[in-house]
Amino acid sequence: MKTIKILGMGCPKCKQTEAVVQKAIKELGIDAEVIKVEDIQQIMQYNILSTPALVIDEVVKSKGYVPTIAEIKNALI
Amino acid sequence: MFDQLQNFADWLIYSVFSVAPESHLGEALNFFVYDTLKILILLFLIIFFMGVVNSYFPVERLRNFLSRHRFYGLEHLFASIFGAMTPFCSCSSVPLFIGFVQGGIPLGVTFSFLITSPLVNEVALALFIGMFGWKITLIYALSGILLGAIGGWVLGKLNLKNYLTDWVKQLLAKSGTEKNAFEEENRTFIERIPVIASGAWSIVKTVVSYVIIGIGIGAIMHGYVPENFFQQYLSGGQWWTVPLAVILAVPIYANAAGIVPVIQVLVAKGVPIGTAIAFMMSTIGLSLPEATLLKKVMTMRLIAIFFGVVVLFIIVSGFLFNLIL
Repeated sequence: MKTIKILGMGCPKCKQTEAVVQKAIKELGIDAEVIKVEDIQQIMQYNILSTPALVIDEVVKSKGYVPTIAEIKNALI
Repeated sequence: MFDQLQNFADWLIYSVFSVAPESHLGEALNFFVYDTLKILILLFLIIFFMGVVNSYFPVERLRNFLSRHRFYGLEHLFASIFGAMTPFCSCSSVPLFIGFVQGGIPLGVTFSFLITSPLVNEVALALFIGMFGWKITLIYALSGILLGAIGGWVLGKLNLKNYLTDWVKQLLAKSGTEKNAFEEENRTFIERIPVIASGAWSIVKTVVSYVIIGIGIGAIMHGYVPENFFQQYLSGGQWWTVPLAVILAVPIYANAAGIVPVIQVLVAKGVPIGTAIAFMMSTIGLSLPEATLLKKVMTMRLIAIFFGVVVLFIIVSGFLFNLIL
């Protein structure tokens, strides 16, 4: 099972990212755990400068923008 | 380029809706249709262009650049220019701040970036071009960049490290040891376009309601407030109008999209442009929600000093604008 983390302190873009992630999971029909990380000290452990960031199985896949659904699907399969 | 839009607005309001061109209503509606269309087109184009720049010059690269080189004071200017070029969501200011500190970039240089980034952003620039033209836009952008550079330099001189929160101080102690792991992306221009375009589109979508409200208020004022209305009241050029405008603006949390159309009409009706720009800078550059976010990394005292210095510089630049424009 994939672990997907969305890093961000709760801005609108972080929420958009979560919505796109949920949609991608549904369309792919896979089993994945989605975790929202809002604590800044935890966020900083991923060495990123801009949020929202998408982390799949502890690898940073995107940062600073809302990824497209195609991008997320690519990263998930 | 925008003649077609004006023709369209004239046709729609005067012919299709048959509102008389000389009436207040006709003037207000025409202004609304023309300005809304013009601004939306400009917004998309400029946000897209900034997206392209940003895709090739992300903030990670900036951090590496600033932490590896020393420029004997010019780094404030660089940080400020990059701040103007890299759009980021206000909630990114904290991770950015921490990331810069970890990278060993001096506090003052980080402040230069933090001041300019919200002040000179793609939405503000698009609206300025649409509402005030190129010349004022350029002056606005340059003064925003200088304000960030000088403000950050002053803040750097004040030796404010002790006013950071404890966990940030600990980070600072081991700063520079952080490996600047930044992998270049090897995507081609064509591969980048969908992400940039959808990013631009989503920004336009989020600001469109503010643009429409702002232009709506502007249109009503445009049609109904008499010319030179404000000039009558501000005609003495009283010195206190600039600081008053700036201080009133801090608690207002608006984005550039809503505020510029209103400001343009204020200027058209006689508010001095320096006063108007100072008001605008203060509204978008400093806000209470931003202060709350910064509390995670700074003590209240440092936030107060940061805001105080920026307010002071905005007031000074307001006076300067009034003198030269």
